[in-house]
Amino acid sequence: MIAAGTPAPDFTLRDQDGEEVSLSSFRGGKVLLVFYPMDFSPVCSDQLSIYQEVKPEIAAKGVTMLGISIDHSYAHKAFQEKLGVDTPLLADFEPKGEVARAYGSYLDGLGFANRTLVLVDEDGTVAWAYESPNPGEFPGANIIFDALV
Amino acid sequence: MSDLTSAPVPPIGPEDHVCGEGEGLIVYADLGCPHCAAAWAELAARPGGLAFRHFPVASKHPRSPALHAAAEAAGAQGKFFAMVDSLYGDRGRVDDPHLWERVERLGLDLDRFERDRRSAAVAERVRRDFQSGIRAGVAGTPALFDACTLVAVREREF
Repeated sequence: MIAAGTPAPDFTLRDQDGEEVSLSSFRGGKVLLVFYPMDFSPVCSDQLSIYQEVKPEIAAKGVTMLGISIDHSYAHKAFQEKLGVDTPLLADFEPKGEVARAYGSYLDGLGFANRTLVLVDEDGTVAWAYESPNPGEFPGANIIFDALV
Repeated sequence: MSDLTSAPVPPIGPEDHVCGEGEGLIVYADLGCPHCAAAWAELAARPGGLAFRHFPVASKHPRSPALHAAAEAAGAQGKFFAMVDSLYGDRGRVDDPHLWERVERLGLDLDRFERDRRSAAVAERVRRDFQSGIRAGVAGTPALFDACTLVAVREREF
């Protein structure tokens, strides 16, 4: 997992609508990167749904939340609609998991990212990062707010 | 803005909805959640007290906020758990006309129910439970706590 204090690797990925999104475009604001294994899995569904419920409170802290997984934009779109969430979901699809690897979140052998939260500060530095002990559990939203104090 | 940083589950207090007697467990549950519905009969029938706390995940279950508000409004007329039992017992009929049928069946005052379920006080009451669950790290429903320690969640691979 990437360490706090290091520059956050920049990336450009397509979102659920096929639009390119670059981390560097958020410079001047905080970004919370939410790496998760895959669209439609039960735990990922719970994770993104619960984060959605506190998204206004996260936004009130000046933080933009972005989900990232190895799924394609089309899958992201369907997942977003199924869950009723509006968090942008970015496709780390090709090369598969390249961004997750850059952040030390990719799980070789499983083929997807572990649940990893990375808070990037206004100047593009990793301010905080958290990795779940395993992909079967996700960090409660309280963990995010602890990092934003 | 609410503080959503980590905090232990609040102990059972006078504002809680508690069924049963004796040492209590606390469950954070979503009235729109099929897993909660499946677990509810067993949970409610177990010996000891059980405090029900609201944890509606609206993005996943769009009717949940309305159902939790309905339970609170029924609770204002002494029928909280009767409404919870009813909602979990018949998950396919949760639109407003179905709620009104339940209100009639439970012998509640419909006008008062309608007023109460749309009130700011009820929304605040539900939100307060939800936020205490967030602060305790609830990451899925039902989440069962014993003496403020998480004792049971659904197990899933990922």
